[in-house]
Amino acid sequence: MHSSEQKVIVEMTVNGALYQREIEPRTLLVEFIREELGLTGTHIGCDTSYCGACSIVLDGLLIKSCTTLAVQADGGVVETVEGLEKDGALHPLQSAFSEHHGLQCGYCTPGMLMAAKTLLEENPQPDRDQICKGIAGNVCRCTGYVNIIKAVDAAAKTMQES
Amino acid sequence: MYPAPFNYHRPQSLEAAIGLLSRYGDDASIMAGGQSLIPMLKMRVGEMTELIDIRKLSDLDHIEQRGQTLHIGALATHARIASAEVANQIPLLRECGGGIADRQVRNMGTIGGGVSVADPSGDWPTGLAVLDAQLLLTGLSGTRLVSISDFIVDAYTTCLESCELVTEIQIPVPPAGSGSAYVAFKRAAPAYPTASAGIQLTVKDNICTAARLALGAAAPVAVVCRDAEALLLGKEITTELLESAAEAIVAVAEPPPDARGSEAFKRAMLRKLVVEAGQRALGRCRGEDVSGAHHYA
Ligand SMILES: Cc1cc2nc3c(=O)[nH]c(=O)nc-3n(C[C@H](O)[C@H](O)[C@H](O)COP(=O)(O)OP(=O)(O)OC[C@H]3O[C@@H](n4cnc5c(N)ncnc54)[C@H](O)[C@@H]3O)c2cc1C
Ligand code: FES
Ligand code: FES
Repeated sequence: MHSSEQKVIVEMTVNGALYQREIEPRTLLVEFIREELGLTGTHIGCDTSYCGACSIVLDGLLIKSCTTLAVQADGGVVETVEGLEKDGALHPLQSAFSEHHGLQCGYCTPGMLMAAKTLLEENPQPDRDQICKGIAGNVCRCTGYVNIIKAVDAAAKTMQES
Repeated sequence: MYPAPFNYHRPQSLEAAIGLLSRYGDDASIMAGGQSLIPMLKMRVGEMTELIDIRKLSDLDHIEQRGQTLHIGALATHARIASAEVANQIPLLRECGGGIADRQVRNMGTIGGGVSVADPSGDWPTGLAVLDAQLLLTGLSGTRLVSISDFIVDAYTTCLESCELVTEIQIPVPPAGSGSAYVAFKRAAPAYPTASAGIQLTVKDNICTAARLALGAAAPVAVVCRDAEALLLGKEITTELLESAAEAIVAVAEPPPDARGSEAFKRAMLRKLVVEAGQRALGRCRGEDVSGAHHYA
């Protein structure tokens, strides 16, 4: 068989819904999410593993979806930025980013939010240094990070209270 | 960017993976976490038509101590090693694994991949040289154990035969009174180190009884220097002594001048990193709770 003819069936749960698609095995997870599922909240920034704009959660772990094949997520559970809002209510991180101006152009924001979400799951009360390390794989060209760090810190406090 | 088309295989056992490797030969490539391979495929570096995905193979991601040896499955990720309880007795593992790239890469990338890539700036080849690690390789005719220094023969080159895989990393647990550390200088989190140094010391009654040193990003392969280690043996470790050991090991290094820095800059950086790692390791020999992190530009 010529290699370009192979198609494989992948199945994964994305933001709680089960999807099945037949794809070329070379399909990147980020393309699968954006093009096959139409979930364009996840961004492609550098496409070379450096910026983190494409960060999503696979089986509870933060990963770069531009550096993951869709077949690697077969049978897995994926969370993207679209899954943060619940019943019309923003996630505390989303509210905090809005309130503290944790974004300007917003390009990095979906990846930042997923990085922050997993960080707070691992460490609900991070100090400033731990927040910086937690988002070290996510580049922001606009904010200078100061307001992003403020927003993550504020969200951590809100989430502790509730 | 898309990789060129390929056929995808997800074998259910190690034997099946080796079988596929022997069937497809040079057309095949193993994928563990994909964190080095996928960027290469996207840049269309190298030719490959059969991708063999081993990430989900069971029983290859263990991290456990048996007797006086730590056994780490090739598929254990950088993140899991850095946070594993058994790794606490070898702080170098935490600093080496926990300092690779960013959380995203550490969650997918594996130690087996890290040694197999054999990047001159890679963190595991340097860290594992300090720890006298042995690699268990599994191929068509069974297994063999090779030291990390025999495994990596040159930049990006290992002694792996075409149908062989790295299946486990074995690390001797150091005796009481030992301490280790690994420090790198990096331009950013998702970048390989500009320079790195690792050290493990054993101290008894204030006297150094064992020492291992290695430098990364300082030559095509990890730099080790028994003469530098000998300077530390039988003596009380002081900053001056660490500086002379640093001088000796950096003298045999060949850090390439490149976009990350000139040769002189890298030599100065390497000397500083050896001393810093040495001081951290020494504190740990004494049972102090020493924390520390890499340096970022
Ligand atoms: C943005 C970014 C930054 C990075 N920064 C660093 C860094 O600072 N320090 C560092 O050390 N690394 C860094 N890396 C590389 C990272 O550590 C990789 O995880 C690692 O080099 C490869 O592991 P993997 O499991 O992803 O291997 P893969 O990408 O799946 O495979 C890499 C190669 O190794 C072979 N291979 C994999 N596993 C085995 C095995 N068990 N037996 C035989 N062959 C095998 C594959 O065939 C392939 O040729 C970085 C990567 C990225 C994307
Ligand atoms: S788009 Fe994936 S890291 Fe930049
Ligand atoms: S808000 Fe523009 S890149 Fe971060």
